[in-house]
Amino acid sequence: MIIQGKVIQYGDNVDTDVIIPARYLTATDPLELAKHCMEDIDPDFQKKRNNHSIIVAGKNFGCGSSREHAPLAIKGSGIKAIIASSFARIFYRNAINVGLPILELEEADTRLSSGDEVEINIQKGTITNLTQNKVYQAQPFPPFIQEIMARGGLMNLVKERISS
Amino acid sequence: MGKTIAEKIFERKTGFPVKAGDLVIARIDMAMGQDGTTPLAIQSFEEMGGKKVFDPSRIIFIIDHNAPSQLEAISQLHDNMRKFAENYGLTIYEVGCGVCHEIMVAKGLVVPGDLVIGADSHTCTYGAIGAFSTGVGSTELAAAMISGQLWFKVPETILIRINGTLPPGVYSKDVILYLASQIGADGATYQAIEFTGPIIDRLSVEERLTISNMAVELGAKAGIIAPDEKTLTWVKQRTIKSFEPIYPDPDAVYLKELTYDCSTLTPQVALPHRVDTVTSIDSLGEVVIQEAYLGTCTNGRSVDIEVAAKILQDKKVHPKVRLIVAPASKEILLEAIEKGWIETIVKAGGVLVTPGCGPCVGTHQGVPGDGWNVVSTANRNFKGRMGNNKAFIYLASPATVAASALEGKITDPRKYLR
Repeated sequence: MIIQGKVIQYGDNVDTDVIIPARYLTATDPLELAKHCMEDIDPDFQKKRNNHSIIVAGKNFGCGSSREHAPLAIKGSGIKAIIASSFARIFYRNAINVGLPILELEEADTRLSSGDEVEINIQKGTITNLTQNKVYQAQPFPPFIQEIMARGGLMNLVKERISS
Repeated sequence: MGKTIAEKIFERKTGFPVKAGDLVIARIDMAMGQDGTTPLAIQSFEEMGGKKVFDPSRIIFIIDHNAPSQLEAISQLHDNMRKFAENYGLTIYEVGCGVCHEIMVAKGLVVPGDLVIGADSHTCTYGAIGAFSTGVGSTELAAAMISGQLWFKVPETILIRINGTLPPGVYSKDVILYLASQIGADGATYQAIEFTGPIIDRLSVEERLTISNMAVELGAKAGIIAPDEKTLTWVKQRTIKSFEPIYPDPDAVYLKELTYDCSTLTPQVALPHRVDTVTSIDSLGEVVIQEAYLGTCTNGRSVDIEVAAKILQDKKVHPKVRLIVAPASKEILLEAIEKGWIETIVKAGGVLVTPGCGPCVGTHQGVPGDGWNVVSTANRNFKGRMGNNKAFIYLASPATVAASALEGKITDPRKYLR
Protein backbone atom coordinates (compact mmCIF):
# COMPACT_ATOMS: atom_id res chain seq x y z
CA MET A 1 0.00 0.00 0.00
CA ILE A 2 1.47 3.36 -1.09
CA ILE A 3 0.15 6.55 0.50
CA GLN A 4 1.04 10.09 -0.51
CA GLY A 5 0.07 13.28 1.27
CA LYS A 6 0.97 16.65 2.71
CA VAL A 7 2.08 16.95 6.34
CA ILE A 8 0.07 18.56 9.13
CA GLN A 9 2.44 18.66 12.09
CA TYR A 10 1.90 18.39 15.86
CA GLY A 11 4.16 17.95 18.90
CA ASP A 12 4.40 15.37 21.70
CA ASN A 13 1.57 13.86 23.78
CA VAL A 14 -1.40 14.68 21.55
CA ASP A 15 -4.10 13.07 23.71
CA THR A 16 -7.47 11.60 22.80
CA ASP A 17 -9.30 14.32 24.76
CA VAL A 18 -8.05 16.89 22.25
CA ILE A 19 -8.37 14.58 19.23
CA ILE A 20 -12.08 14.24 20.02
CA PRO A 21 -13.48 15.68 23.28
CA ALA A 22 -15.84 13.44 25.27
CA ARG A 23 -18.71 15.89 24.77
CA TYR A 24 -18.92 14.75 21.12
CA LEU A 25 -18.97 11.01 21.80
CA THR A 26 -22.71 10.90 21.21
CA ALA A 27 -21.79 10.40 17.55
CA THR A 28 -20.14 7.31 16.06
CA ASP A 29 -20.16 8.44 12.41
CA PRO A 30 -16.56 9.31 11.40
CA LEU A 31 -17.74 12.25 9.26
CA GLU A 32 -19.72 13.71 12.14
CA LEU A 33 -16.81 13.19 14.59
CA ALA A 34 -14.45 14.82 12.07
CA LYS A 35 -16.26 18.16 12.50
CA HIS A 36 -14.80 18.46 16.02
CA CYS A 37 -11.49 16.68 15.50
CA MET A 38 -8.53 18.53 17.09
CA GLU A 39 -10.68 21.58 17.88
CA ASP A 40 -9.26 21.98 21.40
CA ILE A 41 -5.62 22.22 20.24
CA ASP A 42 -5.85 23.37 16.64
CA PRO A 43 -8.86 25.47 15.65
CA ASP A 44 -7.43 25.64 12.09
CA PHE A 45 -7.42 21.86 11.64
CA GLN A 46 -10.72 22.04 9.75
CA LYS A 47 -9.10 24.42 7.22
CA LYS A 48 -5.88 22.41 6.96
CA ARG A 49 -7.40 18.98 6.50
CA ASN A 50 -8.33 17.54 3.15
CA ASN A 51 -8.16 14.17 1.47
CA HIS A 52 -4.45 14.65 0.82
CA SER A 53 -3.23 15.03 4.43
CA ILE A 54 -0.88 13.07 6.66
CA ILE A 55 -0.51 13.84 10.37
CA VAL A 56 3.04 13.90 11.73
CA ALA A 57 3.63 14.07 15.48
CA GLY A 58 6.18 13.53 18.23
CA LYS A 59 6.05 11.08 21.11
CA ASN A 60 3.06 9.35 22.68
CA PHE A 61 0.44 10.29 20.05
CA GLY A 62 -3.07 9.29 21.14
CA CYS A 63 -2.37 8.95 24.86
CA GLY A 64 -5.30 8.89 27.25
CA SER A 65 -8.76 7.45 26.82
CA SER A 66 -9.47 4.21 24.97
CA ARG A 67 -12.09 5.92 22.81
CA GLU A 68 -11.98 4.46 19.32
CA HIS A 69 -13.76 7.64 18.26
CA ALA A 70 -10.26 9.23 18.17
CA PRO A 71 -8.84 7.29 15.17
CA LEU A 72 -12.34 7.33 13.63
CA ALA A 73 -12.47 11.15 13.85
CA ILE A 74 -9.03 11.37 12.21
CA LYS A 75 -10.00 8.89 9.52
CA GLY A 76 -13.27 10.75 8.95
CA SER A 77 -11.24 13.96 8.51
CA GLY A 78 -9.69 12.46 5.40
CA ILE A 79 -6.28 11.95 6.99
CA LYS A 80 -4.55 9.20 5.05
CA ALA A 81 -1.97 8.15 7.65
CA ILE A 82 -0.23 9.17 10.88
CA ILE A 83 3.54 9.09 11.36
CA ALA A 84 4.69 9.66 14.95
CA SER A 85 7.84 9.13 17.01
CA SER A 86 5.68 6.82 19.16
CA PHE A 87 2.03 6.02 19.76
CA ALA A 88 0.19 5.34 22.98
CA ARG A 89 -0.67 1.65 23.11
CA ILE A 90 -4.47 1.70 22.93
CA PHE A 91 -4.53 4.30 20.14
CA TYR A 92 -2.03 2.18 18.21
CA ARG A 93 -4.32 -0.85 18.39
CA ASN A 94 -7.45 1.18 17.68
CA ALA A 95 -5.91 2.79 14.58
CA ILE A 96 -4.97 -0.62 13.19
CA ASN A 97 -8.40 -1.99 14.02
CA VAL A 98 -10.28 0.81 12.26
CA GLY A 99 -7.95 0.65 9.25
CA LEU A 100 -6.15 3.96 9.76
CA PRO A 101 -2.53 3.48 8.59
CA ILE A 102 0.09 4.48 11.16
CA LEU A 103 3.86 4.23 11.28
CA GLU A 104 6.45 4.86 13.97
CA LEU A 105 9.50 6.83 12.89
CA GLU A 106 12.12 8.06 15.34
CA GLU A 107 12.18 11.86 15.47
CA ALA A 108 9.25 11.96 13.07
CA ASP A 109 8.43 15.54 14.00
CA THR A 110 11.89 16.86 13.18
CA ARG A 111 12.38 14.85 10.01
CA LEU A 112 9.02 15.78 8.51
CA SER A 113 7.57 19.30 8.68
CA SER A 114 4.27 21.02 7.98
CA GLY A 115 3.63 21.26 4.27
CA ASP A 116 6.16 18.57 3.26
CA GLU A 117 4.95 16.15 0.61
CA VAL A 118 5.49 12.59 1.88
CA GLU A 119 5.17 9.12 0.38
CA ILE A 120 4.73 6.03 2.59
CA ASN A 121 5.14 2.38 1.69
CA ILE A 122 3.22 0.58 4.44
CA GLN A 123 4.51 -2.94 3.67
CA LYS A 124 8.15 -1.94 3.53
CA GLY A 125 7.95 0.79 6.16
CA THR A 126 9.73 3.32 3.96
CA ILE A 127 8.88 6.99 4.30
CA THR A 128 10.05 9.38 1.59
CA ASN A 129 10.08 13.10 2.23
CA LEU A 130 9.60 14.22 -1.38
CA THR A 131 10.00 17.90 -0.48
CA GLN A 132 13.35 17.44 1.25
CA ASN A 133 14.32 14.49 -0.94
CA LYS A 134 15.11 12.13 1.96
CA VAL A 135 14.17 8.50 2.62
CA TYR A 136 13.64 7.03 6.09
CA GLN A 137 13.12 3.46 7.18
CA ALA A 138 10.43 2.79 9.79
CA GLN A 139 9.74 -0.59 11.36
CA PRO A 140 7.10 -2.29 9.18
CA PHE A 141 4.21 -4.05 10.94
CA PRO A 142 4.42 -7.77 11.69
CA PRO A 143 2.56 -9.90 9.08
CA PHE A 144 -0.34 -10.55 11.46
CA ILE A 145 -1.07 -6.84 11.79
CA GLN A 146 -0.48 -6.22 8.07
CA GLU A 147 -3.24 -8.78 7.48
CA ILE A 148 -5.66 -6.74 9.62
CA MET A 149 -4.64 -3.53 7.86
CA ALA A 150 -4.86 -5.05 4.39
CA ARG A 151 -8.50 -5.85 5.06
CA GLY A 152 -9.20 -2.31 6.21
CA GLY A 153 -9.46 -3.18 9.90
CA LEU A 154 -10.34 -5.86 12.43
CA MET A 155 -14.05 -5.63 11.66
CA ASN A 156 -13.63 -6.92 8.11
CA LEU A 157 -11.29 -9.68 9.27
CA VAL A 158 -13.78 -10.95 11.88
CA LYS A 159 -16.64 -10.63 9.37
CA GLU A 160 -14.75 -12.83 6.91
CA ARG A 161 -13.95 -15.40 9.59
CA ILE A 162 -17.54 -15.55 10.82
CA SER A 163 -18.94 -16.03 7.32
CA SER A 164 -16.37 -18.72 6.47
CA MET B 1 14.99 -18.25 32.90
CA GLY B 2 12.36 -16.87 35.27
CA LYS B 3 9.17 -15.18 34.17
CA THR B 4 7.22 -12.09 35.16
CA ILE B 5 3.59 -12.06 36.29
CA ALA B 6 2.54 -10.83 32.83
CA GLU B 7 4.36 -13.67 31.07
CA LYS B 8 2.93 -16.26 33.45
CA ILE B 9 -0.64 -15.01 33.04
CA PHE B 10 -0.31 -15.15 29.24
CA GLU B 11 1.12 -18.66 29.54
CA ARG B 12 -1.90 -19.77 31.49
CA LYS B 13 -4.33 -18.13 29.07
CA THR B 14 -2.70 -19.43 25.89
CA GLY B 15 -1.77 -22.87 27.23
CA PHE B 16 1.81 -22.81 25.97
CA PRO B 17 5.11 -21.22 27.04
CA VAL B 18 5.45 -17.56 26.10
CA LYS B 19 8.01 -14.86 26.59
CA ALA B 20 7.98 -11.09 26.30
CA GLY B 21 7.74 -10.00 22.68
CA ASP B 22 5.61 -12.95 21.50
CA LEU B 23 2.40 -12.20 19.62
CA VAL B 24 -0.28 -14.46 21.09
CA ILE B 25 -4.00 -15.05 20.95
CA ALA B 26 -5.25 -15.48 24.51
CA ARG B 27 -8.50 -16.40 26.23
CA ILE B 28 -10.23 -13.56 28.05
CA ASP B 29 -11.63 -14.12 31.54
CA MET B 30 -13.71 -10.96 31.63
CA ALA B 31 -14.61 -8.21 29.16
CA MET B 32 -16.03 -4.90 30.36
CA GLY B 33 -17.70 -2.04 28.51
CA GLN B 34 -18.87 1.35 29.81
CA ASP B 35 -21.36 3.76 28.28
CA GLY B 36 -18.75 5.94 26.55
CA THR B 37 -17.37 3.11 24.42
CA THR B 38 -19.91 0.26 24.43
CA PRO B 39 -22.45 1.79 22.01
CA LEU B 40 -19.71 1.75 19.35
CA ALA B 41 -18.81 -1.84 20.32
CA ILE B 42 -22.45 -2.90 19.88
CA GLN B 43 -22.48 -1.25 16.47
CA SER B 44 -19.25 -3.12 15.56
CA PHE B 45 -20.68 -6.40 16.91
CA GLU B 46 -23.67 -6.04 14.62
CA GLU B 47 -21.62 -4.97 11.59
CA MET B 48 -19.31 -7.96 12.14
CA GLY B 49 -22.35 -10.21 11.93
CA GLY B 50 -22.20 -11.30 15.59
CA LYS B 51 -25.05 -13.67 16.43
CA LYS B 52 -24.12 -14.65 19.97
CA VAL B 53 -21.59 -13.81 22.66
CA PHE B 54 -18.94 -16.32 23.72
CA ASP B 55 -20.07 -16.44 27.37
CA PRO B 56 -22.65 -14.02 28.81
CA SER B 57 -21.27 -14.46 32.33
CA ARG B 58 -17.91 -13.07 31.27
CA ILE B 59 -19.16 -9.80 29.75
CA ILE B 60 -20.16 -6.86 31.95
CA PHE B 61 -21.73 -3.55 30.89
CA ILE B 62 -21.61 -0.57 33.23
CA ILE B 63 -23.32 2.82 32.86
CA ASP B 64 -21.09 5.31 34.66
CA HIS B 65 -19.69 7.95 32.32
CA ASN B 66 -22.95 9.83 31.72
CA ALA B 67 -25.09 8.72 34.60
CA PRO B 68 -27.83 9.81 34.94
CA SER B 69 -28.04 10.78 31.27
CA GLN B 70 -27.77 14.49 30.54
CA LEU B 71 -28.96 14.30 26.92
CA GLU B 72 -31.65 12.58 24.90
CA ALA B 73 -29.00 11.12 22.57
CA ILE B 74 -27.16 9.58 25.53
CA SER B 75 -30.37 8.05 26.88
CA GLN B 76 -30.79 6.33 23.52
CA LEU B 77 -27.23 4.97 23.69
CA HIS B 78 -27.91 3.68 27.22
CA ASP B 79 -31.04 1.97 25.91
CA ASN B 80 -28.97 0.29 23.18
CA MET B 81 -26.75 -1.14 25.93
CA ARG B 82 -29.78 -2.27 27.95
CA LYS B 83 -31.37 -3.97 24.93
CA PHE B 84 -28.15 -5.73 23.98
CA ALA B 85 -27.61 -6.92 27.56
CA GLU B 86 -31.15 -8.25 27.71
CA ASN B 87 -30.94 -9.98 24.32
CA TYR B 88 -27.66 -11.72 25.09
CA GLY B 89 -28.14 -12.30 28.82
CA LEU B 90 -25.37 -10.00 30.05
CA THR B 91 -25.21 -8.34 33.45
CA ILE B 92 -25.55 -4.58 33.27
CA TYR B 93 -24.78 -2.26 36.17
CA GLU B 94 -27.20 0.62 35.99
CA VAL B 95 -27.00 4.36 36.60
CA GLY B 96 -25.86 4.96 40.16
CA CYS B 97 -24.12 1.61 40.77
CA GLY B 98 -20.74 3.29 40.49
CA VAL B 99 -17.57 3.63 38.42
CA CYS B 100 -16.83 0.59 36.24
CA HIS B 101 -13.38 -0.09 37.70
CA GLU B 102 -14.64 -0.02 41.28
CA ILE B 103 -17.52 -2.39 40.42
CA MET B 104 -15.27 -4.90 38.65
CA VAL B 105 -13.12 -5.44 41.72
CA ALA B 106 -15.55 -4.70 44.56
CA LYS B 107 -18.19 -7.09 43.18
CA GLY B 108 -15.62 -9.86 42.85
CA LEU B 109 -15.94 -9.99 39.06
CA VAL B 110 -12.16 -9.98 38.62
CA VAL B 111 -9.86 -12.26 40.61
CA PRO B 112 -6.06 -12.61 40.83
CA GLY B 113 -4.50 -14.31 37.80
CA ASP B 114 -7.30 -13.22 35.43
CA LEU B 115 -6.77 -11.76 31.97
CA VAL B 116 -9.27 -8.93 31.58
CA ILE B 117 -9.98 -6.40 28.86
CA GLY B 118 -12.16 -3.35 29.14
CA ALA B 119 -13.14 -0.67 26.68
CA ASP B 120 -11.72 1.96 29.00
CA SER B 121 -8.09 2.95 29.40
CA HIS B 122 -8.14 2.67 33.20
CA THR B 123 -8.95 -1.05 33.03
CA CYS B 124 -5.35 -1.46 34.24
CA THR B 125 -6.74 -0.77 37.75
CA TYR B 126 -7.28 -4.51 38.44
CA GLY B 127 -3.52 -5.06 38.36
CA ALA B 128 -3.72 -4.05 42.04
CA ILE B 129 -5.22 -7.47 42.84
CA GLY B 130 -2.81 -9.40 40.62
CA ALA B 131 -4.82 -9.57 37.39
CA PHE B 132 -3.47 -8.66 33.96
CA SER B 133 -6.04 -6.13 32.81
CA THR B 134 -5.78 -3.61 30.03
CA GLY B 135 -7.80 -1.13 28.01
CA VAL B 136 -8.89 -1.79 24.45
CA GLY B 137 -11.05 -0.08 21.85
CA SER B 138 -14.66 -0.74 20.96
CA THR B 139 -14.00 -2.94 17.92
CA GLU B 140 -11.74 -5.15 20.00
CA LEU B 141 -14.38 -5.40 22.71
CA ALA B 142 -16.82 -6.49 20.00
CA ALA B 143 -14.40 -9.09 18.60
CA ALA B 144 -13.72 -10.39 22.12
CA MET B 145 -17.46 -10.58 22.92
CA ILE B 146 -17.85 -12.86 19.88
CA SER B 147 -14.74 -15.01 20.19
CA GLY B 148 -13.68 -14.81 23.84
CA GLN B 149 -10.15 -14.16 22.63
CA LEU B 150 -7.91 -11.31 21.64
CA TRP B 151 -4.42 -10.84 20.25
CA PHE B 152 -1.71 -9.44 22.49
CA LYS B 153 1.96 -8.77 22.34
CA VAL B 154 3.30 -10.22 25.60
CA PRO B 155 4.87 -7.13 27.17
CA GLU B 156 8.23 -6.71 28.77
CA THR B 157 7.95 -5.65 32.41
CA ILE B 158 9.52 -2.81 34.36
CA LEU B 159 9.93 -3.57 38.06
CA ILE B 160 9.35 -0.53 40.26
CA ARG B 161 10.32 -0.88 43.89
CA ILE B 162 9.10 1.74 46.38
CA ASN B 163 11.19 1.74 49.52
CA GLY B 164 10.69 3.54 52.82
CA THR B 165 7.66 4.58 54.84
CA LEU B 166 5.17 7.21 53.67
CA PRO B 167 5.15 10.31 55.90
CA PRO B 168 1.80 11.49 57.38
CA GLY B 169 -0.35 13.40 54.88
CA VAL B 170 1.27 11.63 51.93
CA TYR B 171 -0.70 8.93 50.13
CA SER B 172 -0.55 6.40 47.32
CA LYS B 173 -1.81 9.14 44.96
CA ASP B 174 1.27 11.22 45.76
CA VAL B 175 3.46 8.18 45.06
CA ILE B 176 1.97 7.54 41.62
CA LEU B 177 2.07 11.25 40.68
CA TYR B 178 5.72 11.28 41.71
CA LEU B 179 6.37 8.17 39.60
CA ALA B 180 4.68 9.87 36.63
CA SER B 181 7.10 12.77 37.00
CA GLN B 182 10.08 10.41 37.14
CA ILE B 183 9.08 7.99 34.38
CA GLY B 184 7.09 10.29 32.08
CA ALA B 185 3.74 9.90 30.34
CA ASP B 186 5.26 7.56 27.76
CA GLY B 187 8.00 6.02 29.92
CA ALA B 188 6.38 2.58 30.04
CA THR B 189 4.60 2.53 26.65
CA TYR B 190 3.85 -1.00 25.40
CA GLN B 191 5.25 -2.39 28.68
CA ALA B 192 3.83 -3.78 31.91
CA ILE B 193 4.88 -2.55 35.33
CA GLU B 194 5.18 -4.62 38.51
CA PHE B 195 5.01 -2.45 41.62
CA THR B 196 6.72 -3.82 44.72
CA GLY B 197 8.55 -2.79 47.88
CA PRO B 198 7.77 -2.00 51.54
CA ILE B 199 5.51 0.98 50.81
CA ILE B 200 3.36 -1.05 48.39
CA ASP B 201 3.22 -3.89 50.96
CA ARG B 202 1.84 -1.59 53.63
CA LEU B 203 -0.83 0.03 51.44
CA SER B 204 -4.40 -1.26 51.73
CA VAL B 205 -5.91 -2.87 48.63
CA GLU B 206 -7.98 0.32 48.04
CA GLU B 207 -4.83 2.44 48.14
CA ARG B 208 -3.06 0.05 45.74
CA LEU B 209 -5.95 0.43 43.28
CA THR B 210 -4.98 4.12 42.98
CA ILE B 211 -1.44 3.14 41.94
CA SER B 212 -2.46 0.53 39.36
CA ASN B 213 -5.22 2.81 38.04
CA MET B 214 -2.66 5.37 36.90
CA ALA B 215 -0.20 2.90 35.33
CA VAL B 216 -1.66 3.92 31.96
CA GLU B 217 -0.65 7.53 32.66
CA LEU B 218 2.95 6.25 32.43
CA GLY B 219 2.00 4.64 29.13
CA ALA B 220 1.86 1.13 30.60
CA LYS B 221 -0.29 -1.70 29.35
CA ALA B 222 -0.75 -3.05 32.89
CA GLY B 223 0.30 -2.08 36.41
CA ILE B 224 0.47 -5.24 38.47
CA ILE B 225 0.99 -5.83 42.18
CA ALA B 226 1.67 -9.43 43.23
CA PRO B 227 -1.12 -10.61 45.55
CA ASP B 228 -0.32 -10.96 49.25
CA GLU B 229 -2.41 -12.17 52.19
CA LYS B 230 -4.17 -8.80 52.30
CA THR B 231 -5.18 -9.15 48.64
CA LEU B 232 -6.37 -12.73 49.01
CA THR B 233 -8.51 -11.91 52.06
CA TRP B 234 -9.97 -8.83 50.34
CA VAL B 235 -10.83 -10.76 47.17
CA LYS B 236 -12.29 -13.77 49.00
CA GLN B 237 -14.65 -11.44 50.89
CA ARG B 238 -16.02 -10.28 47.54
CA THR B 239 -16.10 -13.21 45.13
CA ILE B 240 -17.56 -16.67 44.79
CA LYS B 241 -15.06 -17.54 42.04
CA SER B 242 -12.19 -19.90 42.73
CA PHE B 243 -8.80 -18.61 41.67
CA GLU B 244 -5.13 -19.36 41.67
CA PRO B 245 -2.91 -16.30 42.13
CA ILE B 246 0.19 -15.84 39.99
CA TYR B 247 3.52 -14.65 41.35
CA PRO B 248 6.67 -13.64 39.53
CA ASP B 249 9.53 -16.15 39.47
CA PRO B 250 12.35 -15.16 41.85
CA ASP B 251 14.68 -14.93 38.82
CA ALA B 252 12.14 -13.18 36.55
CA VAL B 253 13.78 -11.14 33.83
CA TYR B 254 12.74 -7.48 33.79
CA LEU B 255 13.37 -4.88 31.13
CA LYS B 256 14.66 -2.68 33.92
CA GLU B 257 14.39 -2.33 37.67
CA LEU B 258 13.81 1.10 39.19
CA THR B 259 14.00 1.88 42.89
CA TYR B 260 12.63 4.94 44.64
CA ASP B 261 12.62 5.86 48.30
CA CYS B 262 9.48 7.78 49.26
CA SER B 263 10.28 8.33 52.96
CA THR B 264 10.59 12.07 52.47
CA LEU B 265 7.94 12.44 49.78
CA THR B 266 5.71 15.52 50.07
CA PRO B 267 2.17 15.97 48.72
CA GLN B 268 2.45 16.10 44.91
CA VAL B 269 0.46 18.12 42.37
CA ALA B 270 0.26 17.48 38.61
CA LEU B 271 0.07 20.77 36.72
CA PRO B 272 -2.14 21.45 33.71
CA HIS B 273 -2.25 19.96 31.11
CA ARG B 274 0.03 16.99 31.71
CA VAL B 275 -0.03 14.17 34.24
CA ASP B 276 3.78 13.94 34.27
CA THR B 277 4.43 17.62 34.96
CA VAL B 278 4.39 17.25 38.70
CA THR B 279 5.63 19.47 41.49
CA SER B 280 5.87 19.19 45.25
CA ILE B 281 3.18 21.24 46.97
CA ASP B 282 6.00 23.11 48.76
CA SER B 283 7.14 24.71 45.52
CA LEU B 284 3.76 25.19 43.86
CA GLY B 285 3.13 28.85 44.72
CA GLU B 286 -0.38 30.25 45.05
CA VAL B 287 -3.03 28.66 42.86
CA VAL B 288 -6.53 30.04 43.54
CA ILE B 289 -9.20 27.45 42.68
CA GLN B 290 -12.84 27.66 41.65
CA GLU B 291 -13.66 23.93 41.76
CA ALA B 292 -12.50 20.92 43.75
CA TYR B 293 -13.44 17.38 42.78
CA LEU B 294 -13.27 14.31 45.00
CA GLY B 295 -14.09 11.02 43.33
CA THR B 296 -13.30 8.84 40.26
CA CYS B 297 -11.87 5.37 39.69
CA THR B 298 -8.61 6.74 41.07
CA ASN B 299 -9.75 8.20 44.39
CA GLY B 300 -13.47 7.84 45.04
CA ARG B 301 -13.21 5.05 47.60
CA SER B 302 -14.01 4.92 51.32
CA VAL B 303 -10.45 5.72 52.42
CA ASP B 304 -10.52 8.79 50.20
CA ILE B 305 -13.88 10.09 51.39
CA GLU B 306 -12.90 9.38 55.00
CA VAL B 307 -9.73 11.48 54.87
CA ALA B 308 -11.59 14.32 53.12
CA ALA B 309 -14.34 14.23 55.76
CA LYS B 310 -11.75 14.31 58.50
CA ILE B 311 -10.26 17.50 57.04
CA LEU B 312 -13.67 19.12 56.40
CA GLN B 313 -15.07 18.24 59.86
CA ASP B 314 -16.72 21.32 61.43
CA LYS B 315 -15.28 23.62 58.77
CA LYS B 316 -16.65 25.43 55.72
CA VAL B 317 -15.69 25.12 52.08
CA HIS B 318 -14.37 28.44 50.77
CA PRO B 319 -17.30 30.52 49.45
CA LYS B 320 -15.75 30.83 45.98
CA VAL B 321 -15.16 27.09 45.55
CA ARG B 322 -17.53 24.38 44.28
CA LEU B 323 -16.56 21.11 46.01
CA ILE B 324 -18.09 18.19 44.11
CA VAL B 325 -18.04 14.69 45.57
CA ALA B 326 -18.85 11.47 43.69
CA PRO B 327 -18.42 8.24 45.64
CA ALA B 328 -17.04 5.49 43.39
CA SER B 329 -19.98 3.16 44.12
CA LYS B 330 -23.38 2.88 45.74
CA GLU B 331 -21.86 0.75 48.51
CA ILE B 332 -19.22 3.39 49.21
CA LEU B 333 -21.96 6.04 49.30
CA LEU B 334 -23.91 3.96 51.82
CA GLU B 335 -20.85 3.46 53.97
CA ALA B 336 -20.08 7.18 53.80
CA ILE B 337 -23.65 7.97 54.91
CA GLU B 338 -23.49 5.45 57.74
CA LYS B 339 -20.14 6.71 59.01
CA GLY B 340 -21.31 10.33 58.88
CA TRP B 341 -18.77 11.41 56.25
CA ILE B 342 -21.47 12.57 53.84
CA GLU B 343 -23.13 14.64 56.55
CA THR B 344 -19.77 16.25 57.34
CA ILE B 345 -19.04 16.98 53.69
CA VAL B 346 -22.50 18.35 52.88
CA LYS B 347 -22.58 20.48 56.03
CA ALA B 348 -19.18 21.87 55.07
CA GLY B 349 -20.66 22.93 51.72
CA GLY B 350 -19.72 20.01 49.46
CA VAL B 351 -22.07 18.94 46.68
CA LEU B 352 -22.86 15.23 46.32
CA VAL B 353 -23.39 13.77 42.84
CA THR B 354 -24.32 10.28 41.64
CA PRO B 355 -21.83 7.44 42.21
CA GLY B 356 -20.05 7.17 38.86
CA CYS B 357 -17.47 9.12 36.89
CA GLY B 358 -18.84 12.51 37.95
CA PRO B 359 -17.27 15.52 36.18
CA CYS B 360 -13.96 13.72 35.41
CA VAL B 361 -14.60 13.19 31.73
CA GLY B 362 -16.27 16.51 31.02
CA THR B 363 -19.75 15.60 29.99
CA HIS B 364 -21.79 16.56 33.05
CA GLN B 365 -21.99 17.28 36.79
CA GLY B 366 -19.49 20.11 37.09
CA VAL B 367 -18.00 21.39 33.83
CA PRO B 368 -15.66 24.25 34.83
CA GLY B 369 -15.93 27.80 33.48
CA ASP B 370 -13.37 29.69 31.37
CA GLY B 371 -10.12 30.32 33.21
CA TRP B 372 -11.12 28.21 36.23
CA ASN B 373 -8.56 26.24 38.15
CA VAL B 374 -9.80 22.85 39.31
CA VAL B 375 -8.04 20.62 41.82
CA SER B 376 -9.14 17.04 41.31
CA THR B 377 -8.46 13.54 42.59
CA ALA B 378 -8.83 12.17 39.04
CA ASN B 379 -6.12 10.64 36.89
CA ARG B 380 -6.08 13.02 33.92
CA ASN B 381 -5.69 16.76 33.49
CA PHE B 382 -5.55 17.03 29.71
CA LYS B 383 -6.74 20.23 28.09
CA GLY B 384 -10.51 20.10 27.77
CA ARG B 385 -10.71 16.92 29.85
CA MET B 386 -13.44 18.26 32.13
CA GLY B 387 -15.35 19.76 29.22
CA ASN B 388 -13.78 23.22 28.89
CA ASN B 389 -10.51 23.75 27.04
CA LYS B 390 -10.10 27.10 28.79
CA ALA B 391 -9.99 25.52 32.27
CA PHE B 392 -6.90 24.29 34.14
CA ILE B 393 -6.87 20.97 36.00
CA TYR B 394 -4.47 20.14 38.82
CA LEU B 395 -4.31 16.55 40.11
CA ALA B 396 -3.71 15.72 43.76
CA SER B 397 -4.63 13.41 46.63
CA PRO B 398 -8.05 13.49 48.35
CA ALA B 399 -6.46 15.16 51.38
CA THR B 400 -4.97 17.93 49.23
CA VAL B 401 -8.29 18.42 47.44
CA ALA B 402 -10.19 18.72 50.73
CA ALA B 403 -7.66 21.15 52.25
CA SER B 404 -7.70 23.19 49.04
CA ALA B 405 -11.52 23.37 49.06
CA LEU B 406 -11.36 24.93 52.53
CA GLU B 407 -8.81 27.59 51.67
CA GLY B 408 -9.86 28.39 48.10
CA LYS B 409 -6.35 27.71 46.84
CA ILE B 410 -4.24 24.59 46.46
CA THR B 411 -3.21 23.79 50.02
CA ASP B 412 -0.84 21.44 51.77
CA PRO B 413 -3.10 19.06 53.73
CA ARG B 414 -0.50 18.17 56.34
CA LYS B 415 -1.42 21.02 58.66
CA TYR B 416 -5.01 19.69 58.88
CA LEU B 417 -3.86 16.20 59.79
CA ARG B 418 -1.79 16.90 62.86
